[in-house]
Parts: sequence; C-alpha cells; structure tokens
Amino acid sequence: MAMEVTQVLLNAQSIDGNVRKHAEENLKQFQEQNFPGFLLSLSGELANDDKPVDSRKLAGLILKNLLDAKDENRKHELVQRWLLLDPAAKTQIKSCLLQTLSSSAVDARSTASQVIAKVAGIELPQKQWPELVGSLLSNIHQIPAHVKQATLETLGYLCEEISPEVLDQDQVNKILTAVIQGMNVTDGDNDVRLAATRALYNALGFAQANFSNDMERDYIMRVVCETTMSPEVKIRQAAFECLVSIASMYYEKLAPYIQDIFNITAKAVRGDEEPVALQAIEFWSTICDEETDILEEYGGDSTGDSDLACFYFIRQALPALVPLLLETLLKQEEDQDLDEGAWNIAMAGGTCLGLVACTVGDDIVPLVMPFIEENITKPDWRQREAATYAFGSILDGPSPDKLATLVNVALPFMLSALMKDPNNHVKDTTAWTLGRMFEFLHGSIVGTRLINEGNCQQIITVLLQSMKDAPNVAEKACGALYFLAQGYEDVETASPLTPFFQEIVQSLLTVTHRDDATESRLRTAAYETLNEVVRCSTNETASLVLQLVPVIMMELHKSLEGQNLSSDEREKQSDLHGLLCGCLQVIIQKLGSSDATKYAFMQYADQIMGLFLRVFAFRNATAHEEAMLAIGALAYATGPDFAKYMPEFYKYLEMGLQNFEEYQVCAVTVGVVGDICRALEDKILPYCDGIMTQLLKDLSSDNLHRSVKPPLFSCIGDIALAIGDNFYKYLMYAMNTLQLAAEMYAHASGFDDEMTEYINSLRNGILEAYSGIFQGFKNSSKTQLLIPYAPHILQFLDSIYMEKDMDEVVIKTAIGVLGDLADTLGSNAGSLIQQSLSSKEFLNECLTSEDDLIKESAEWAKLAISRAISV
Amino acid sequence: MAPHDIRRPFKRPVISDQQKRRELSLLRQAQNRRDAQHQARCLASTAFSLASQTLEAPISESELEVEALPESHKGHEPESEQEPSPKDFDVVGASKLKGAEARKWFAKQLMHPEWMIDIPDGLSQDWYVFARPSGKRCFIVSFNGTTISRLRNGSILHRFPSALPNGSRKKDVSGSAQSYSILDCIFHELDQTYYVIDMVCWRGYSLYDCTAEFRFFWLDSKLAESGACDAPSHYHKYRFSLVPVYNCDHNGLYAAYTEAAPYVKDGLLFYNKHSHYQTGITPLALVWKDENCSQYVIDTDNEGQVPSQQQVVLELQEDGRLTTSDDPPTVFGCLDGSFIERSGLKSGCLLRFAVGEGGVVFVDGKLENADLHYLGKANRARASADSFSKVMFQYSVRHSPLRIDDLLASVDSAVDPGAKPCDIEMDG
Repeated sequence: MAMEVTQVLLNAQSIDGNVRKHAEENLKQFQEQNFPGFLLSLSGELANDDKPVDSRKLAGLILKNLLDAKDENRKHELVQRWLLLDPAAKTQIKSCLLQTLSSSAVDARSTASQVIAKVAGIELPQKQWPELVGSLLSNIHQIPAHVKQATLETLGYLCEEISPEVLDQDQVNKILTAVIQGMNVTDGDNDVRLAATRALYNALGFAQANFSNDMERDYIMRVVCETTMSPEVKIRQAAFECLVSIASMYYEKLAPYIQDIFNITAKAVRGDEEPVALQAIEFWSTICDEETDILEEYGGDSTGDSDLACFYFIRQALPALVPLLLETLLKQEEDQDLDEGAWNIAMAGGTCLGLVACTVGDDIVPLVMPFIEENITKPDWRQREAATYAFGSILDGPSPDKLATLVNVALPFMLSALMKDPNNHVKDTTAWTLGRMFEFLHGSIVGTRLINEGNCQQIITVLLQSMKDAPNVAEKACGALYFLAQGYEDVETASPLTPFFQEIVQSLLTVTHRDDATESRLRTAAYETLNEVVRCSTNETASLVLQLVPVIMMELHKSLEGQNLSSDEREKQSDLHGLLCGCLQVIIQKLGSSDATKYAFMQYADQIMGLFLRVFAFRNATAHEEAMLAIGALAYATGPDFAKYMPEFYKYLEMGLQNFEEYQVCAVTVGVVGDICRALEDKILPYCDGIMTQLLKDLSSDNLHRSVKPPLFSCIGDIALAIGDNFYKYLMYAMNTLQLAAEMYAHASGFDDEMTEYINSLRNGILEAYSGIFQGFKNSSKTQLLIPYAPHILQFLDSIYMEKDMDEVVIKTAIGVLGDLADTLGSNAGSLIQQSLSSKEFLNECLTSEDDLIKESAEWAKLAISRAISV
Repeated sequence: MAPHDIRRPFKRPVISDQQKRRELSLLRQAQNRRDAQHQARCLASTAFSLASQTLEAPISESELEVEALPESHKGHEPESEQEPSPKDFDVVGASKLKGAEARKWFAKQLMHPEWMIDIPDGLSQDWYVFARPSGKRCFIVSFNGTTISRLRNGSILHRFPSALPNGSRKKDVSGSAQSYSILDCIFHELDQTYYVIDMVCWRGYSLYDCTAEFRFFWLDSKLAESGACDAPSHYHKYRFSLVPVYNCDHNGLYAAYTEAAPYVKDGLLFYNKHSHYQTGITPLALVWKDENCSQYVIDTDNEGQVPSQQQVVLELQEDGRLTTSDDPPTVFGCLDGSFIERSGLKSGCLLRFAVGEGGVVFVDGKLENADLHYLGKANRARASADSFSKVMFQYSVRHSPLRIDDLLASVDSAVDPGAKPCDIEMDG
C-alpha cells in the first residue's frame, strides 16, 4: 500500500517553482485519495535510512502537520481523523517512528521525536499507546549515544505535549530518573547531556511529587547546578533555563539551595557568554516576580498559615545582588536604543534591578546611590548612562518619602543632561528617567511636590525642545510628557499645564509631522501623549480641545485621500488612521463628558461620522477597531440623535460582528452595539432583526475567539433593555441560547484558575442578559411570556451559588437578576422564588457582604422579593 | 527544542495607550450599562410617574444632567423646562421644576392622613402609633450632591448638604451619584431637626409599594447607617432623627400618648401596617389629637385666635358646588351663580366658611346638610381645601370629641375585653 514518495518529496523542495508546485499537488492528491496509505508512505520514508535526509525530514514534517494545527478547529479535526484511522496502519506508523529514533541521521531522529510526541499527545489522554513510555525508556539503556539522545529529546517533546495528569507517578519517576541520569554523565556525550537537560526543562512540571521529597529534590538540584558548569555553552544555557523554570514552579522549595544558586549565577553573570548570563539574570528576575506576587497577594502579612510564604530571598541577597546588577549596566551596546529587538546583558540587568527595587523598596536606595554619584558625571558615556539608568530603575518601589530629596536634586540635573549631554544613548535614558520620575513621584496620590510653579515652565520647555532631538530621544520625551500630564488627571481646576496647553499640543502635532516620525514609534508616542494631555485637561482648556477637533479631522481627511501607495506606505497610512481615530475617540469622550462642551462639539458630529465610515473602506483591523471605538464614544455623546447615522453605519456594524478572524474588531463592535442601544433606546428597533441574528450566530459559532462570548451575552441584555417588550420576538431564541449556555457553565469545578475566571465572565454575561430582559419587560403586558423561563433561571442561580466559585462581579450580577426576576414577575413568581435557595442563603450572604455593590444589589433583590411575595 | 525567549519590556510602559483606550471604553460601557440597569430598577415603582400613568421611557442622560448645565447654554434651558408636562414627571425630573410647577407637583407627593373620626377595627393588631412632632411637614429629596426639603405646598424650605445618600458633594462609595432618596419628614424648629416619619425611596429603590411595616423597618435600619442621625457638621447641616414608633396595643398607645419625646408633640399618628405609601389623603393613616398631646386641637383663624364658630375651607367647583379636597370630594353645599359672579369668584377658588348653628347633619352616614356661612377667600398660602375628615374631626372636637380613653378602651377590648377594669360607660 505504501508508495514511492521520495522524488515527490524532494521535488517539493526544489528551487524551481513549477516543479515545486507540481510536487505539492501530487502530494495533496495522494493524501486525498488514500489517507492511510499516504501516512504509511511518509512514515516509511522517514524510517528508511537509505533515503536522502531531505525527503525524510519533509516526510516527518508533513506527518507532524497532519497531527496538529494551531487553529483549534483544524486541530480537533486532525485528532479525530487520527483516532479513527485503521489500527493496523497506526501500529505500523508508530513502529516506523520509534525505529527512526535509532537512525544515524540526526535530522530524521529529531523529526521523528516531534512526530512521536504529537501522536502521544493524541493517544495518551485516550489511554492508548500504553507501551510508549516503557519502550522509550528501554532505549535509554542502549549503548549508542545517538539513540539515547533521540530518546531523551522525545521524552522532552512528550512532556511538552501532554499534561501531567496523563502520566502516572511511576512513569514520571522513571522518566525523571532517565533524564537526570542523562544529565549526570559528566564525561558522556554532549548531545545526550543537552537533550537530557532540555528534556528536564519540559519535565519539571511533572515533578511535583519529586520536589516534595527532600532526597529526590536534593538530587535533582545538585545535578542541575552541576550542569550549569558544563564546558558546553548550550548545556549551561539549558541548565540555567531549568533553574529559571524551577524558580517560578518550586519557589517555596528553594531555600536550601539559594546560596549556591547565587554563587553560580553571579559567576555566570560576570564571566559567562551572553546567552548564559542572560538566563542567570532571568533567574533573579523570576524570583522578584514570585516575591512581588506573594507580597501583593498577602500584603506582606506573614502569618505563616498561608501556603504561599515569602522567603525574602531578594532581601537576603541584596548586598551582593545589587552590585552584580550594577556591573551589568556598564555593558551597553552602542545602538541598543535604535534596535527594537535588542536584548543584552545591560538591558536584562537593568530590568532586574528595577524588579529588585519593586520587591524590596527603600532598602535598595543606599546600595545604588554611591554608584550613581560616582558615575553620573564621568566622561565615558557608558558610565553616565549606567548611572542614569540605575536611578531610573529604582524610582518604582521605594517610598516617595525616601526618594523625595534625591529626586528633587536630580530633576534639574536630568533636565540639563537632556539638553546638553552629547550622547544620544545618555539622552534617551535621561528622558526615560524623567518619565519615570513623573510616573511614580508626581500626582495627587504622592504627597510630595516634585513639580511646582517654579520649575514647571522649565520642565515643559526642556521636554518640548527634546522632542526635536533624534527620534528615539524625542519618543522618550513624549513619554515623559505623557506622565507629566497624567499626574494632573485629578486636578479639576487651575491645572499647571493650562498655560502651556496650546504650546504642548502644537509641539506634539509638529512631532507627528516629522519626516522621521515613523522611526522609534515616535508618531505613535506623540499621539498617545496628545491623548493623555487631552484626557487630563480641565474645563479651562475645553475650548482649545474643541479647536483640536477640526485639526485632527483634517489630518484624518488628508490621510484618507492618499492613493496609489506601496504596501509599506499603505501600512503606515493604516497605522495613522488608527492613531487619528484613537485621538478623536479620546477627544469625543472628553468633550462628551460635560454638557457645555458636548453641544459645542456636536457641530462636527456629522463630518466626523463621515470620516469614520471612510476608514472602514480600508482593510486594516487596528484602524477598524479604533474607528469602531470612536463611534461608540460618539454614540454615547450623541444620544438618540445617533439614529440618523444608522442607515449608513449599519452595514459596518454587521461587518464588524461578522469579523471572526480579527476578533478584536468583533469584540469592540459588540461593545459599540451596547453603546448604540443605550443611545437610541427603542429607536434601534428597526436594526434589531439583523443585529440579534448576528449575535446569536456569533454565540453559536466555534470559530469566534472565546473572549468575545461574554460581551455577546451582555449585549443581548443591552438590546432587551433598550427595546423593552419588543424583544418578545427574539425571546424564544435568546432564552434558548442562554439556557444552553447556563447549563454548560453552571459548573466550573476541575478547571484551572484561568478557565474558572473565563467561566465566571461567561456567567456574568448570561446573567446580564437575563437582567436586561427582565427589566425590559417590566410593566409590560407581555410579562407572562417570561414566566416559563423563571424556574430554569432560579435553578441556574442556585447551582452557581452552590458551586461557591463565583467572583464578586458574578455575585453582584446574580443577586441582581434574582431581584429583577422578582420585580418583573411579581406575585407570579412568588412561590418559585421562595422555594429557591438563592432567595434565602445566597441572599443573606450577599446582604452581609463587605462589598458595597453586592450589598446594594442584595438590598434591591430583598426589596423586590418582599414586594413579590407580599402581593 | 530551542532556548526560550526571556526578553522583557525595556523602557516601555506596561500597557500601551491603545490598550488603555480599549480598557477605558470597556469601563465606560460597563458603567453605562450599570447606570441603565440601575435606572430601570429605580423606575420600578409606578408611583414615580404620576396619576396620569403614561409609561414613559427612562430618564435620558441629558435630562439627568440638565441641572449641571452651565449658564452659557441658556438657549437650551427653556426647552427642558417646557417640554414635559409636569404630569409625566418622575421625581428626578421634578426636582428640576421651578416655581409654581414644582410646588404643584410636590404638593401632591405626600401621603396625608385622614383625621380620626371613629376608631378603626383591629387598631391593636394592624396599626402603629407614634407621637407626631410639631413642625413643618416636608418632603426631602437627596440627589446628586444636595438635599432639598420642600413644604407641603411645594415651596423649598432648605437646600443643604446632608449625610443622606448623595446628599452632599462628598464622595459616596456605594451606588450611583444619580440615585436619590426621599424622606417624609417634619422639621422641628426648636432643635432644628428633621424628624423622619416615613421613607419613600432609599438609594434609588422605591418603597412606595412596600408596606408600612417594611418601610419602617427599612427606615430604622438604613437611616442611622447613613450617618444622617449624627450631629450637624460641614457636610451635614441638619440632624435627622427617628421617631419612636409603637405597636398600637395598650402599652404602645399609652407610651406614644404620655411618654416624653425630644420634640413638641402635635397629636398622634396611626399607620396601618399593611398599607403602601399612597400619595394624597388616605384612610390607612390617621391623625388624632387632644389638648394633652397638642397645642393646636381646635383650628385657629388668621390671627391665631380660636374663632367662636368652626371655620372650613372648601373648593369652589365650576357648577358652584363646594367640595372638600378628598378624592372623590364630598360636597358640602352649593353657591348660586349670581353670588359667584357678584363676588368675582372663579372655579378652583378656596373659600372660607363658618359652620353655623345648624351644624352638620348626617343621615345614614351621608352628609345631608351643612349650615355654611361665606366668610371670604382663604389664605393664599393654602394649597388645598379641607378634607372631609378634617372638617368632621374639628366638628366633633367642638361637640363630642373622641377621647384617649376611648382609644385605649378599644385596644384593650381587642386583646382581652375582660382582663382590665373597663372604663367604658355601659349603656345597658
């Protein structure tokens, strides 16, 4: 049944496009005509040592792609097709794959490893291929090193592919033993050690039990630490990767090893090659992540009874760790600020220093200050930059009190450096540091007054001047201005920025017009800063914000005119559409928030809407999303008058709801439907047939990103609330969909945190839909249509209550639905409500909740119920 | 297996401005949804829309913000004042009404007790009793950072900050700033305190359709919690206080009648436990007084003197009939057309009459004849004519008053007629 495929596979890699195309068609044909035969031929090709490596490799790759796909639906199809395949064929394919692991051709072995892991990923969870782990482990004891290497690599891929509960502890123990032994043969083959070390990285997630056993853990840790000293750089790097992973997975087990690990990492940071040094720094960054998480979660409350205790490793390591990190700062690369993808030891070290500051707070300051003082005025730009970066790094973490004096001294120095330092790199970091000062030490929450009448003008002058510097420096200056403005977000009158508002806006607009504005994301930064300046502006400058409307509109208009552009130019044009729509959105939201400015703004509404609609003619997801968000803001500001735009806008709304691929566009559109419902109320009725159809389609689709589903449910509630009992014609369909979803998501046990969170957001959406429907039907003659659905809804409330895994938001919405149901159905549902658990225990729990919003909803529910049962 | 990427964001804020825009939009949408929901819930009660009962759409944002409209937009203002006829207004809308319109609207919002002319059945089981504070009856609305008290004729008594929900500009952690609370109060001049006698709406939740039992329970548990009973301060200009409410059994009635109160008493109020808050005059709330518990048992005239003859105020109808303020009104008499013309009276006028020697005559419980003598137009401050029960109460006070002993006897007899020595004069 197998067929000769070698030549076709080689042709498929030909440089000649025609040959290639023909071969690809042949392969496709073969696959369609005889799928099992095709797979058999491919596995046979892969296993055959007489065949050229290139055809073997491609055969394996095609096999792999027939077992797995990124797209969830495609993946599901592939899995089903494999499971339904003739068992004899599967056995033969698997045997070919295992046989390939002994091949002398490294590429064939490696490809086979990956394919085996994919097959295992399908079969092991189905309790199929039980002998796989055993037969792999038996390979370990074979003499040829390359078989060992391939087997370890396979175990690594296998662990990456499956989840821990698929293997029993005995299998895990054996795999770990084999892997650790593979790492531990100090004089053995480097390829084996590397494969073993990389396999351990993936197997760590399976080692929960082993890490709880002191002896086994000691052994694993000893081997990992020894491996970090391997003569082979790749092995050292892989061993440090293991340490990084251990730091996040087994933080609480690290205490006995932390001193040794410090020594190892310090040595690597100081002397090893960069890839290794970067991992060594990453270990400490990860420890910082862990400790800040723990401290945030428990507020530093170390009562000891929580299962997550903080061991304060960073605090203990501080006196040695900080100097180590400061040294790295001096190892900058010349042009790292111009290269988006750059990542080097100075950057990693600086980042880690910032994380350390967040973890320990005040204590870092005295350890860093001498370094800053020593280096900040040195002739070597590296020293000035490192000192500046160190200062910028420690601004987040220590208390404002601790930093106040330092920052007040530093501010004039930094302003001067930004103007006068000859080095681009130093200016970049200086502007960034000024931004950090404004971000963390300026604003209403901070008691100190960094910026006052005396220096405000100077700061602004320097930043605006600096916006004319090289793009990377100008971008950081924009960023600093962003945080300067943000610090005044709570100021209601007499904003210190008011006198400079016009000048700032003008300078930012000038930046957006620079020829080099697309470098270093300068244009984006300028518009983002403009947005923040507008957001944080006060009434005093409302008229200036209003004047900005036609200016930005004109920009958008001009940009929409551009034609016959190259693909690169088109992309930049779309980026600009997005930025301008984003800016208009911010302005609309600002002006729409007070009546005085709203009415003045309305003169532009028609034209703005016209421009937004034109943006939809360009195919670009980000621009669509931004235009949609802006339209939502416009609908909110316009209110019922938005109805006049609906005839033209409707098709784009529908298109947005159908945009499954660019799901962000779809998600934003769903939100905008809600805005329009609230703006138009029952005037949205003529469009509801189409919208409801699309919403229900979206909900039943498997192709739509799951994050859009919760807002889709809520949106149904928005519509019902807007159109009242006109909703009756969709009632059956909507309730049906809601009921199915409610049944599916009533239980969330057995899922991880992320999934539970998602299920809760779905529940919240479903409940918001019910809420909207009940409130929409209130006081209507059609109320009785809802009665048949009441038992199920109450049951849903009872079952999610009993699950005890609701978050605060769901609790609040759920108890509100109980009230809405009682309010709308009244005595019709009195006895049903009284029978439900929700109306008793759940309600009582909510009434005594410490969350004001829950309590408020519960009081409402209690009131509504008391009315329903008293009638 | 390639090495794993460990790059972290460098010199970059944690979230992009685009993400911030997205999140701010979502936040705004969630807030708007909550407000819409909240509004739908607040409009629960049909009592918010007036008698006409045209079911209107929820108040739109713009209406809510009318008050915040700055001076520069005068052009828009008149519209918002004229547009909705006062009949269709809810209370938030009504709080924007000005002058006479406002007075007319608010005058109709209070529940007014009938005067007790006979003792209702089940007084001891189904009723509460409390001593009515002497003072100005007010309707208090706290909303959007201010508290406004209006007298029963609708005119504003005070506009002040209070600790009631949304009653001052202080940030309120719970609930929307747009939710309002409404209290039925009596302002007691002497200690400058608002004595709360009923709760009509709390944090936007209407209590109109709730029983008195529930309203008093809610009032009792919520008012103190808000801090409204605290001593006056910068954000809380007047103290609010609860009135002790008793079950109308012997002890309760006796306590309400005799026990010292922090305020000057003006009669006793009786509330039926099962009755809803009903605007206008209701027989499910009753007022009674005698010289022991009130300084003003018998009505005085404009000079504060007790006139020798009882005076009544009646409303002149188009056809000349003279009616009480009840719904439906009771007809006390009729003026002939020539007299009306001669005196320049118009329908709707409130007219003052003296009750002459002939008194008021009933046949089979229906008013048969009243001996009325025209005195002139009533005081302009009067909002409405006298109610039937008021006229009858005043009449009985002058002729055969209902005594406290009668009330006590009726509650005793209901519980256990034989248990106590009987004060009632036996007929047979």
